[in-house]
Amino acid sequence: MLSDKDRIFTNLYGQHDWRLAGARARGDWDNTAALLARGRDAIVDEIKASGLRGRGGAGFPTGMKWSFMPKVSDGRPHYLIVNADESEPGTCKDRDIMRHDPHKLVEGCLLASFAMGAHAAYIYIRGEFYNEAVNLQHAIDEAYEAGLIGKNACGSGWDCDVYLHRGAGAYICGEETGLLESLEGKKGMPRLKPPFPAAVGSTVNNVESISVTPTIMRRGASWFEALGRPKNSGTKVFCISGHVNKPCNVEEELGIPLKELIDTYAGGVRGGWDNLLAVIPGGASVPLLPKSICDTVLMDFDSLREVRSGLGTAAVIVMDKSTDLIRAIARLSQFYKHESCGQCTPCREGTGWMMRVMYRMVQGRAEPEEIDILDQVTRQVEGHTICALGDAAAWPIQGLIRHFKPLMLERIAEYKAKHGRPVLPMAAE
Amino acid sequence: MAKVTVDGIEVEVPNGSTVLQACEAAGKEIPRFCYHERLSIAGNCRMCLVEIERAPKPVSSCSFPVADNMVVKTDSPMVRNGRRGVMEFLLINHPLDCPICDQGGECDLQDQALGYGMDHSRYKENKRAVKDKDLGPLVKTVMTRCIQCTRCIRFVSEVAGVPDLGATSRGENMEVGTYVERALGSELSGNIIDLCPVGALTSKPYAFTARPWELKKTDGIDVLDAVGTNIRIDSRGPEVLRILPRINNDVNEEWLGDKSRFFVDGLKRRRLDRPWVRRDGRLVPASWAEAFATIAQRLQGVPGERIGAVAGDLCDAESMLALKDLMAALGSANLDCRQDGARLDASRRDFYLFNSSIAGIEEADALLLVGSNPRHEAPVLNARIRKQWLHTNMPLGVIGPAADLTYAATTLGDGPGAISALLDGSHSFAPMLRDAKKPMIVVGQGALRRPDGAAVLAACWKLAAAFGGLSAGWHGFNVLHTAAARVGALDLGFVPGPGGRGFESMLGGRVDVLWLLGADEFDTARIGADTFVVYQGHHGDRGAARADVILPGAAFTEKPGTYVNMEGRVQRGLLAVYPPGQAREDWRIVRAFSEVIGRTLPYNDLPALRKRLEQANPVFARVGFLPRFGAGDESGPAGDPTAMSAAPLAPAVTNYYQTDAITRASPTMAACTEIYVAPTLQAAE
Repeated sequence: MLSDKDRIFTNLYGQHDWRLAGARARGDWDNTAALLARGRDAIVDEIKASGLRGRGGAGFPTGMKWSFMPKVSDGRPHYLIVNADESEPGTCKDRDIMRHDPHKLVEGCLLASFAMGAHAAYIYIRGEFYNEAVNLQHAIDEAYEAGLIGKNACGSGWDCDVYLHRGAGAYICGEETGLLESLEGKKGMPRLKPPFPAAVGSTVNNVESISVTPTIMRRGASWFEALGRPKNSGTKVFCISGHVNKPCNVEEELGIPLKELIDTYAGGVRGGWDNLLAVIPGGASVPLLPKSICDTVLMDFDSLREVRSGLGTAAVIVMDKSTDLIRAIARLSQFYKHESCGQCTPCREGTGWMMRVMYRMVQGRAEPEEIDILDQVTRQVEGHTICALGDAAAWPIQGLIRHFKPLMLERIAEYKAKHGRPVLPMAAE
Repeated sequence: MAKVTVDGIEVEVPNGSTVLQACEAAGKEIPRFCYHERLSIAGNCRMCLVEIERAPKPVSSCSFPVADNMVVKTDSPMVRNGRRGVMEFLLINHPLDCPICDQGGECDLQDQALGYGMDHSRYKENKRAVKDKDLGPLVKTVMTRCIQCTRCIRFVSEVAGVPDLGATSRGENMEVGTYVERALGSELSGNIIDLCPVGALTSKPYAFTARPWELKKTDGIDVLDAVGTNIRIDSRGPEVLRILPRINNDVNEEWLGDKSRFFVDGLKRRRLDRPWVRRDGRLVPASWAEAFATIAQRLQGVPGERIGAVAGDLCDAESMLALKDLMAALGSANLDCRQDGARLDASRRDFYLFNSSIAGIEEADALLLVGSNPRHEAPVLNARIRKQWLHTNMPLGVIGPAADLTYAATTLGDGPGAISALLDGSHSFAPMLRDAKKPMIVVGQGALRRPDGAAVLAACWKLAAAFGGLSAGWHGFNVLHTAAARVGALDLGFVPGPGGRGFESMLGGRVDVLWLLGADEFDTARIGADTFVVYQGHHGDRGAARADVILPGAAFTEKPGTYVNMEGRVQRGLLAVYPPGQAREDWRIVRAFSEVIGRTLPYNDLPALRKRLEQANPVFARVGFLPRFGAGDESGPAGDPTAMSAAPLAPAVTNYYQTDAITRASPTMAACTEIYVAPTLQAAE
């Protein structure tokens, strides 16, 4: 269990002042100039040594990403882009960071920009986060006024401007290249990779990844690295929602057992641990886990990958036995169908197909072999698309079929018993 | 160079190539829908998936750059499954209405479904339906068939350069359209029909007309502008049904202007299909013998200097040469091909050619248009200018009326005063021309038709010379023609011979017999009332209305013909269909008439006539190939550069869609004119 002295986000719940004075009292902006004075490479090395992995979902090592930025500019400017388009269902960690601890993010922007030779940082915030944008903008303004950012930031001699840009409400604009397109004023459609953004001078990082860097720089990579498990180091803000007694955001060490996390911070599963049906451990995009796995699984990138799920954004969605699991996953399919950008074929056509079959599965209005067809369709989408939205749409369904196929078969049998044979849609419908 | 192994075949491709290019170099065909060589890469159809060793998932080959020692597999289980999956996805919402689809038989989706499609559908839900869009009189849409490859969007925004098409909505609701429904505002819009890999965009005038396998395909050369676009004429029986572009990277790449694509219905209307003779003020049908006899009778006793001939804009070189030879036999030197009054100097070939060549535009680093609107005068050439502008952002100047040319051009002035200002260096655009290594000066017919046209021509030559446009390696002086026959006629010397009369001085009764070879582009009332007019041509237009004898000729689709485009490239078109009724190939008419008057021309067949063409000018021996010359001689065309008037320049083409007798007879072109050129007010407005 994480001790209070090791917490990074000490105002996650907003009991204290989120403005500059409060932030300074909590240690933010404490001699940032000295951190900058250590030099660009030292910062990148420190972050690399800390083992920080990106907190946005994919878990790519942050320090390594920063080191991909060209050391010498080819004449084009470098940019840091902070992905604050937090739209993953179940996830609300960046939101609390931005409204209760915005200075952590602003200071992180300065450090990260400096580390990658960028004079401008753009924070792309989800459009629906109105109050968060107001707070964050206030924090940015305060930092400008105090000379912490802008020309000669913190007296370091480095110029760093921070801009806040509000999105217009599209999940796909949280995909890093979709975000860049949107930021450039175009339709939010992911780009083809390569070239990767970092290789041409734009690095996109999650809010949490950026916000923890000042603390890592102050307390040292070894402190951060000692928390958590090997290759899964540090602390992480978990968002626990669903059928728990006290849904909450909580900062904990990576590698904490899922059961302990839910029992300690969220007041346990509604009706007790035995009432648990399944958990989606990392936001809507990752496959769910049945109770048998939840009993023992640890919450970190590699442990969850071993059980064929993922840490994702660490948004733990708890579902007890009152849940219609098929309907829950069908609702997620509807979400992905609605948010698919429509650019590439498998996702554009596949998400709609999957959603429609899933909603028939909810009723049981299907043939048993359609479950296998559905599974095949998810595999035809997965890995064939430009961005990861196709994968994200496929994985929840794959998880459902992997762990709860008997439930789906049962539903089909029930429907058949009631209606005779399944009624499929007619062409004229 | 990168070494890439494709299915065990080792190939070397330049660094920066895509995997797809490497596969093609290895002779492997990669299926694709969204990828097109001449458009930006979208990578969205996912049909071109290939397997790359050590890559965890299949990659889209059209967008993935090659790396040295890359090992690519184009036919592994992973690849086949990936493509089958993509094909299934494309088909689930495709209506599969091939029996009633005009694309049937030339549909990429059909073809590739044969290789990667299933024999049944696993999709049991309802299919998506999309509302059709009205894109104007040329492009028909059935948007339910659209597979969202975005080729049309990329073409319209990149090549055509108009911001008209885009995609609205997202996911499976994504639709291609104009947002606010309106006709596409581009002269190249028809190309999206060719680009569309399915039947979502088809030709509106051609709808439900024929299946591709019923058509005879004939190679031709477009004559509705002076670019010399290579075309394919598709015909069935006696009818030309459609025109498509052929690929010629030096001329039209693979594009075709809307006029040249959709004028086809004009070939069947207002045709002259039998000879006519004017009796008592009225034209009455006649036989060939009667028509010839009437002319021969009128010619009796008329001295050579009282006979004249004018060649029109659509004529093939063969017929012009035959007519020139006939005139020589009659003792006349009164010839002209410049019915628009353009002050072209025929004394040297580079005075009237587009010397930099069309492909050479892609080497230019500055361009000045004088009295020309290439968007309307030669849209395919204009796309080339836009391409170079997009790639290099070269400075572009326009002297003449301001117009939207699809690229950012600075208007330097509306009259020749700007030329003088450039010449004395006082104009702000002068430094940009001076900095250019390969500047292009392009003079349009709008600048040459004026009374001071010769002065403008000479001044433009001086401009090219002054700004380094005339060197051994680069000829930057260019004349942009609008008439397909013009350069060929000038090459043949279809201009007044020694002591001969030019076009203007043949009017107003200064000749007794005037032979119009397809010449319709002037006010026929200016011909003297007593002048006996022979009109030889294919459409009943202005010339025929004034004629005393009409000799029915063949349109360009109905005769094998040689044409010289504005850059001096000699090209040949073939006969696609036979001329209607009693109409005949034009050179045969002249040859037959020469026999009637006892001055038989010395050629009995086309090869003999073409030998004679080569004798008249050796350039006609060089079919298809265009050598590039720098400027050898800096002395300019005749004309006093200081004699330019201050009058503003006027465009040569005011209505792109109707520039000649064929397009004026076309209902489709009339519909385009109504929509694009002279929109009439709607009741609700």
